[in-house]
Amino acid sequence: MTNRARVTASLLLLAVVALGAGCGLVGWEWDTPMSTVQPKSDFGRMTHDIFMLISWTTLVIFIAVEAGLLYACFRFRDRPGAPIPKQIHGHTPLEISWTVAFAAILVIIGIPTIRVIFKTQEAPAATTLHVDVTGKQWWWDFQYPALKIHTANELHLPVGQTVAFYLHGPDVIHSFWVPQLGGKRDVVPARVNRIILTPEVPGEYLGQCAEYCGMSHANMRFRVFVHDKAGWEKWVAAQQAAPVEPKDDLAVKGKEVFSQSACVGCHTIDGVSAGVLGPNLTHFGSRTTMAAGIMKNTPENIARWIENPAHVKPGALMPTLGLRDEQIKAVTAYLQSLK
Amino acid sequence: MATQAAFMPGAKAQTATTGVWSWITTVDHKRIGILYGVSAFIFFLMGGIEALIMRAQLARPDNDLVSAQTFNELFTMHGTTMVFLAIMPLSSAFFNYMLPLQIGARDVAFPRLNALSYWIFLSGGLFINSSFLFGSAPDGGWFGYATLTTRQFSPGHHIDFWMLGLQILGIASMLAGFNFIVTIINMRAPGMTLMRMPVFVWMSLVVQFLVVLAFPAITVALILLMFDRFFGTLFYAPAAGADPLLWQHLFWIFGHPEVYILILPAMGIVSEVLPTFARKPLFGAPVVIYSGIMIGFFGFGVWSHHMFSVGMGPVADSAFSIATMLIAVPTGVKILNWISTLWGGTIRFTSALLFSLGFIAMFTMGGLSGVMHASPPVDLQQTDSYFVVAHFHYVLFGGSIFGIFSGFYYWWPKMTGRLLDEKLGKVHFWLMMIGFNMTFFPQHYLGLIGMPRRIYTYAADLNWGFWNLVSTIGAFIIALSILVFIINVIKTRRSGPVAGPDPWDARTLEWAIPSPPPVYNFATIPTVHGRDELWLQKHGDGHGGAPTPKPAPATAKDIAAIHMPPPSYWPILLALALTVMLSGLLISYVQLVVGGLLTLYCMFKFALEYHRPAQEAH
Repeated sequence: MTNRARVTASLLLLAVVALGAGCGLVGWEWDTPMSTVQPKSDFGRMTHDIFMLISWTTLVIFIAVEAGLLYACFRFRDRPGAPIPKQIHGHTPLEISWTVAFAAILVIIGIPTIRVIFKTQEAPAATTLHVDVTGKQWWWDFQYPALKIHTANELHLPVGQTVAFYLHGPDVIHSFWVPQLGGKRDVVPARVNRIILTPEVPGEYLGQCAEYCGMSHANMRFRVFVHDKAGWEKWVAAQQAAPVEPKDDLAVKGKEVFSQSACVGCHTIDGVSAGVLGPNLTHFGSRTTMAAGIMKNTPENIARWIENPAHVKPGALMPTLGLRDEQIKAVTAYLQSLK
Repeated sequence: MATQAAFMPGAKAQTATTGVWSWITTVDHKRIGILYGVSAFIFFLMGGIEALIMRAQLARPDNDLVSAQTFNELFTMHGTTMVFLAIMPLSSAFFNYMLPLQIGARDVAFPRLNALSYWIFLSGGLFINSSFLFGSAPDGGWFGYATLTTRQFSPGHHIDFWMLGLQILGIASMLAGFNFIVTIINMRAPGMTLMRMPVFVWMSLVVQFLVVLAFPAITVALILLMFDRFFGTLFYAPAAGADPLLWQHLFWIFGHPEVYILILPAMGIVSEVLPTFARKPLFGAPVVIYSGIMIGFFGFGVWSHHMFSVGMGPVADSAFSIATMLIAVPTGVKILNWISTLWGGTIRFTSALLFSLGFIAMFTMGGLSGVMHASPPVDLQQTDSYFVVAHFHYVLFGGSIFGIFSGFYYWWPKMTGRLLDEKLGKVHFWLMMIGFNMTFFPQHYLGLIGMPRRIYTYAADLNWGFWNLVSTIGAFIIALSILVFIINVIKTRRSGPVAGPDPWDARTLEWAIPSPPPVYNFATIPTVHGRDELWLQKHGDGHGGAPTPKPAPATAKDIAAIHMPPPSYWPILLALALTVMLSGLLISYVQLVVGGLLTLYCMFKFALEYHRPAQEAH
C-alpha cells in the first residue's frame, strides 16, 4: 500500500466515521415542540409509518452503495507497475437484475403510499368537527361554525374527535402545518382545501405557516391546544359567552378608546365592533400568545404591539394608530380583561 | 458536412487573440466557454456570499443581523443566482468548450449565435443583480408563486427585476439549446455514430432538449405575470376567477426538468472522469445513455410532486408519486454503473476523480432522500421544511457542484495548458466534503423536527439553535474550500506544470490535440472508430484488436486553408439592445420603444452580416 493510498483510505474512513457519528442519532433530540417524527394523531401516525418504512429501505440501499463505492476505491486503487486493466464494457444479466431489483423495491414503497394517500383523503363523516381556517398575511383566523365560535391564532380541539379543517385563503398562498398532528396542506386563494385528522394525545402543539407568503412569513405561527373532554367543554362554554364587561376604571377607559379609534375598523369584539380585516378579539384575554404566536400575551407586549405593530412584526398590516401612552395602557388593560 | 463557417468569406484561422476587443467580438467556442466559466464563477461567488449571510443570520435563534426583507431578498437571489447564473452557465462553459472538441468539430454550428447566447446571459445576470443597487432585489422566492408576485401583494420593482431578468436569461438558454442540438446532430466527425458519442456529449444533448422544451413553459408563465403586473390583465387574480395554481403548474413543468438540466451535465462529467482514472471504459455505457434519456423524458411527467400539498386529490397525487418513484430506477442504475466502472480498474486518486467520487457518494444520499418525498404522505411533512433544503443541496451541491469541480480539475489542463496543483486540489476536496456535510446533513434533522424553509428567524425553545450553528460553521468551511480553489488557480496559472496534450492518459478526442487547442481545434478532422477513440488509437481495444489509425498529420498548407468564422460585434450589440428594451418597462415606455427599434436594427445587421447578393456569389 503506497503512502498516498494509505492517506486516501484513512481519510475516506474518517469521512464515513464523521458521517456515521453525525447521523448516529446520539444527542439528537426527537421529542421537540415541532417534531414531525413524534406523531400525536392518526394522520401523523399513518404518515410516520411510511416514513419509517422508506427510511429503513433507503438506509439499507445507502449503506450498500456507499460501502460498495468505498470498497471499490480501496480494492482497485492504482499500484505502481499495474498493467492496463481488462477493458470490460458491461454485463447485461447483472444490469438487468439490478434494474429489476430497484423496481421491486419501489413496489414495496409504492403500495402503502397509495393506500395512505386515499385513506387520508376520504370524505369526512357526519360526526366530524368542522373548523374553518383562514390564512392571512400574517396570522390565522379560526371559526367553528357549528359552535358559533370565532377566534384567532390559537386553536382548541377535543382529544379523540375527528376534525376537518377547511382552509380558506383570501390573499396569497399559505400552508397550514402542525407537525406533531401530521402533514401540511396549502391554503390556496379561490379554493377550499381540506385536511382531516384525529388528535390522540392532549397537549399544546406548535403550528406555523409553511409556504412563503411575504415579508413576515417567519412570524405566521399559531398554537393548538388538544383538551380532554372536561377541558374542551370548559373552553367552548367560555368562548360562547358574551365578552366580559370591563370592571376597573382603566379597562373601562380602554373600552372607550377602543370603540372610538380606528381599532373598530378591523377588529371584532362581540357587541362592541364588527371589523373583519384583523383577528377577532372577543376573548383576547384568554389567549396565551399574541401577534400570531410570536410572543406571550403580556401587558408589555400588547403595549409594544399597539405602539408600532410593524416594528414587532415586519410588514404587519395593522397601522400605527398614534395613540398616546395612557390610551395604549388603557386599551391594553381592556384587551387583557377580555377573558 | 456543410457548416456555417465554411460559407463565411475570407476569414483565415488567425484573428486577433489578445485584448479586450478580441474577447468582446469573439465567436470561438473555446473563448466563449471561458467567458461563460469566468462569469458564472463570479455569480457563483455572489450566490455563495448571499448564502453565507443567510447562514450567519440563522446561526442563533431570534438573531437580528439582517431584516426580514433583506433575508427574503437573499434567499430569492441565492436560489435564482445558483440555478440560472451559476450552475447552468458553468455547465454551459463545458458544453461550449468541450462539445466541439469531443465530437471532432472545429466550432459549434452557429458561432455568432453562440456569442449572442453568452452576451444575453451576461446582460440578464447583470440586470437581475443590478436590482441590489436600486434597493429592489427580488423577494418572491426563486419560484415566484402567484398570487404573492402580483402587483397587489408585491408593489415596487422587486419582482419586475426578477421576471424580466429571467425572460432575458430564457432567451439565452433557448438559443444555446438549439445551437448545441444542431452542433451535436450535424457536426460530428466521420465515423462518430450516435452510440459512439462520448457520454458527456449524450448527457448534454439530453439537457439541450430539456432546455428547449422546458423554457417555453416558464416563458409563458412569466409573460402572463408581466401582463398582470404591467398591463392589468388578471391571469393570476383569483377574484377574477383565476386559479393561482396555474402559475405553479407552468412553473414546475419547467422547474422539474430544470433540475435535470442542472444535474445531467454533471452526470456526463462523472461518466468521462471515472473511465479515465480507472482506465476502464464506462460500464454499460448504452444503459447509462438510455438512463439519461429516460430521466430527461420522465422529468416532464413529475412536476406536480412539487405540489403534493396544494390539494390535487388522491388520483393526481398517486400518479405523480409513481412517476417520481420510477425516476429512481434509471438514476440508481447509473450509480451502480459508475461503481462498476471503478470495479476492476486501476484507480488514480486525482483531484478530478475525488470530486467524481464525492458526486456519487453525495448524490446517492440526495437521490434516496428524494425517494422519501416521492411519497406524498411523507412529503406533506417534509415539503417546505429544511429536510427538502438538505435534499436538494445534496443533489445540486453534492451532485452538480461536485461534478462541475470534477470537470474543472479534469479539463483545466486542456483549457489552459497547465495542470492545477494536486495537493491544493485535495485540500479543496476534503474541506468541501467536510464543510458540505456539516452544512447540509444537520438540515435533514432540522427539517424532521419541524423547521420550515424561508424563515429569517426562529424561537429559541424549538431546539433548532445548535444544529443551525453547526450548519453555519459548515458553510464557512465551504467558503474556505472555495478560497483554496481560487488560490490554486492563481498559483498555477503562470507557473503550474505544463500539461501537454494528454496529461491523464485519457480516452476521448479532446485529448488528441494540443492544450490549449489551436483556434481551429483539429488540424485534420479525425475518423472515429469507437466511443473511446483516443484510447483505441493509443492502446487498441484491449481484446487483441490493433490500435486504430491516427489521423494523418496536416501540412502548413492544409492549416492555412482552414476557414474559421471571423469575429463579430453584433452579438454583444444585439444583447445590449434587448436589455435596453426590456429594462424600458421599468423606466419609461420611450426607452422600451427605442430599445425595441434598436433590437430590430441589430437583428437585421446580425442576420445580414455575411449576406451577399446572388450575383456576387460564385
